[in-house]
Amino acid sequence: MAQSSTADAGRSSAPVAPSEQYNYAIVKKFAIMSIVWGVLGMGVGVYIASQLAFPFLNFDIAQISFGRFRPVHTTLVIFGFGGNALFATSYYVVQRTCQTRLFGSRLAEFTFWGWNLAVFLGAITYMMGFTQGREYAEFTWQIDILITVVWVAYFLVYLMTLLRRTQPHIYVANWFFMAFILATALLHIFNNLAVPVSLFSLESYALFSGVQDAMTQWWYGHNAVGFFLTAAFLGMMYYFVPKQAGRPIYSYRLSIVHFWALVFLYMWVGAHHLHWTALPDWVTTLSATFSILLLLPSWGGMINGVMTLSGAWDKLRTDPIMLFMITSLSFYGMATFEGPMMSLKSVNALSHYTDWTVGHVHSGALGWVAMITFGSLYHLIPRLWDTQLYSIRMVYVHFFLATIGIVLYITAMWVAGIGQGLMLRAFDEFGNLSYTFIETVVFLHQPYVVRALGGGLFLAGMLLMAFNIYKTVMPVYRAQKAAEAQVAGGTEASARA
Amino acid sequence: MAELWLWITDLGNSKIVALLLFFGTFVGIIIYLFSSRSRSERLESYRYIPFDDEKSEARDEDRKDRS
Repeated sequence: MAQSSTADAGRSSAPVAPSEQYNYAIVKKFAIMSIVWGVLGMGVGVYIASQLAFPFLNFDIAQISFGRFRPVHTTLVIFGFGGNALFATSYYVVQRTCQTRLFGSRLAEFTFWGWNLAVFLGAITYMMGFTQGREYAEFTWQIDILITVVWVAYFLVYLMTLLRRTQPHIYVANWFFMAFILATALLHIFNNLAVPVSLFSLESYALFSGVQDAMTQWWYGHNAVGFFLTAAFLGMMYYFVPKQAGRPIYSYRLSIVHFWALVFLYMWVGAHHLHWTALPDWVTTLSATFSILLLLPSWGGMINGVMTLSGAWDKLRTDPIMLFMITSLSFYGMATFEGPMMSLKSVNALSHYTDWTVGHVHSGALGWVAMITFGSLYHLIPRLWDTQLYSIRMVYVHFFLATIGIVLYITAMWVAGIGQGLMLRAFDEFGNLSYTFIETVVFLHQPYVVRALGGGLFLAGMLLMAFNIYKTVMPVYRAQKAAEAQVAGGTEASARA
Repeated sequence: MAELWLWITDLGNSKIVALLLFFGTFVGIIIYLFSSRSRSERLESYRYIPFDDEKSEARDEDRKDRS
């Protein structure tokens, strides 16, 4: 193959271990922080789910009440767990597929500290009661600026690494990562345009108002799902599924169609969150149309991923990491069918403002995003530390805890959402509402308990993963420390002699 | 030609213009990807890029063993 020969020519002739050839240190840091934020974010999620079932759990403490903890949960899981996993895997994938070392070690280091500082400050300020009140963009304006600077650094590191690749072709996973970086920059900047109250105030006024503000928020909100939680994780999928399966992706040409159709269509669909509002009818109709069209590239990508295992399905019997990956693709398929269906105006009239939406989001977030991340991290971490996973059995247990947890979660939310929607629009023969609002709240109690239980199982799996990774990494770390101490001791002894 | 340009820039025709542009681009991508056998083979050869790094590692290991 042409690209192989060029790649060969670009490499040094001296034997170099992958850990020296590539910058693995930064990938390790992001991978570990992803797990740390994952445990914390999912822990907060289970706690607020329990609060909804048993409200006394807020203990009248404002800082841990649902309203403040909810953005803490979404920020920690999306930007903490998901964001760190994306930094880790994108830095790993770009190096391995371009067969070159990551550009700018210090700049990459800055992205690590800057990003994690932003996530930490976000959680603290929400608990203090400071928020912009924008979905998935609650960060106050100073943190928004920090994120912008970090993101520009990320873009530079990624772009410059691509530019100095030894492969002539840029592998498709990098296209998805690049689209994610560029689109997120665009979305973040325009959604967060605001006028601060004063230089030292955490408060600000959004630049937009009224329906334009709602439109901007949901243009951002749905594209955060489209580019942060989908395109980027597809980049992860296009590298780690073939690697774990030991087989190339089913069709490279299909991946190209998948990429262009997905990035084009996602940008138009945000307004389906605003059906039956003051937004003009034609805008929401257009967004629903594009949402339906989006099913095609989404399923094209899913089929491409699943078919990679064609002829090697037996791997699912012996490889729990492959189970994570294929199940994540199945959930990707389910969530991307459910989404277009919910974007239809008639379905949306029932589903919107109910827990069905919450269930749908978690079908994608837990089923697709978290599962592909778990699979990728289980593949990645032993390779980064050049070791074996501590326990494969624990990976199996994690898989079943996570899967049962998700199924409980989303079925509980279907029951809650559809039941709630039907109750809220039921009329008697005189045209009066059949149910009072409090009756719908009473109805929600049982599904909320089941949801908290499902979330608890998912969290238990996450804790098991953290323990498994700790036991995997620590012996290597201790051995390295011991070797360093031995070298230092030897040097000291020879210096004395 | 000027009439065609005026028709294109008339906002009343934006739906047709958008349809022609976007659908035309999509069809163009499909034709580009699937029309030529040699191009298809070249594109499909890129599927193996994630495995190229294994070759280099295997070769480095081999060099280490020999030295």
